[in-house]
Amino acid sequence: MTKLQNLLKGIIKENPVLVLVLGACPTLAVSTSVINALGMGVAATVVLLCSNIVISALRKVIPDTVRIPCYIVLIAGFVTMVEMVMHAFVPDLYESLGIFLSLIVVNCIILGRAEMYASKNRVLDSAIDAIGMGLGFTLALFLMASVREIIGNGSWFGIAIPVLENYKISIMTMAPGGFFVFGCLIALVNKISKGKAIKKKDFGCASCPSAYMCGKKDSGECTGEGDDK
Amino acid sequence: MDMLKSLLVILMTSVLVNNYVLSKFLGICPFLGVSKKLDQASGMGAAVICVMMLATAATWPIQYYLLEPNGLGYMRTIVFILVIAALVQLIEMILKRYIPSLHASLGIYLPLITTNCAVLGVTINNINDGYTFLESMVNSLGCGLGFLLAMVLFAGVRSRLEEANPPKSFEGLPITLVAASIVALSFFGFAGLVDGLFA
Repeated sequence: MTKLQNLLKGIIKENPVLVLVLGACPTLAVSTSVINALGMGVAATVVLLCSNIVISALRKVIPDTVRIPCYIVLIAGFVTMVEMVMHAFVPDLYESLGIFLSLIVVNCIILGRAEMYASKNRVLDSAIDAIGMGLGFTLALFLMASVREIIGNGSWFGIAIPVLENYKISIMTMAPGGFFVFGCLIALVNKISKGKAIKKKDFGCASCPSAYMCGKKDSGECTGEGDDK
Repeated sequence: MDMLKSLLVILMTSVLVNNYVLSKFLGICPFLGVSKKLDQASGMGAAVICVMMLATAATWPIQYYLLEPNGLGYMRTIVFILVIAALVQLIEMILKRYIPSLHASLGIYLPLITTNCAVLGVTINNINDGYTFLESMVNSLGCGLGFLLAMVLFAGVRSRLEEANPPKSFEGLPITLVAASIVALSFFGFAGLVDGLFA
């Protein structure tokens, strides 16, 4: 796999949000406006990049048995740094992202990439992988936030759109709209890829929240939809 | 009496009005992953209630007696996630050793809970909202009950969804999300509930 393919796979073929359905909580919660979504995307990308680089550099030092706690501590450290930087320089964005900034710690995308990629690959490859996945996450958030902000609030990047601003469907910016738009986007991706989108097993079950439930964690027969099929 | 009222308001708010799953988007992964069958959904819900309350009981004193007096408030995220991870491990070991029957039914849900953002979310929210210890415990109980309620309700919806025949590209997760959207819509009906509770 060339470096370019490595970068692009996270953005399109293995998009963490729309194809692998990881990190659904922040996706649904902060995609009410495009600016919030981009802020969240950038914050998560920075954390992912830092944690992938450090974990990859330390992959021969960290003992196998305690690797997950080690990863969590490293990730939490970077999240705290990003939080402090954002609090200092973009206080408005810090306020509107609120608790979801701290919750980057438990974002399955970041722990998943640490476990599946950074712990096995060289520093440069891990950094490229992190940038690709981060961009994929940001792109998905941006798409969802655009749909929700344009329909729900009649604006884009906070700038009002003529005509549409008089016909706001404000339910789209509320909780039900989030679930609905997310469902429709995943259906769209399914439609475009004609069901050829990769399954979660290629991404690994380590990060899958349903791994313990589906019972096929070790045999690798995971269907990618938890215990769905 | 006033205190009882305010506790009841906190409880009702966190169970119905600000349901963690359906209106705050915390804990979506287990909500979508484990809500397939009713027994699994209720097992997961019960485990989440236990861990939430114990995590709050552990993290609240840490924040107010350890971190804040020493000016370490910024260490909150790191300390809380470590406390939760350690707590989950501890509960699992204790259950396995002393109550194997409970471990058999709840044990499989415990490892999932460490990375459940609802648990970390509730502990951080308790601090952000400036709740006292008692209020924090009631809030955690309410959030846990709200999670259980959402899981159980949604397990019912999903069992009906099995027989539905959606368009090909909506099969699986997309139609589940659309159904979740409708369940979330129904929780809007509780919006004015708390304001009128003691009016």
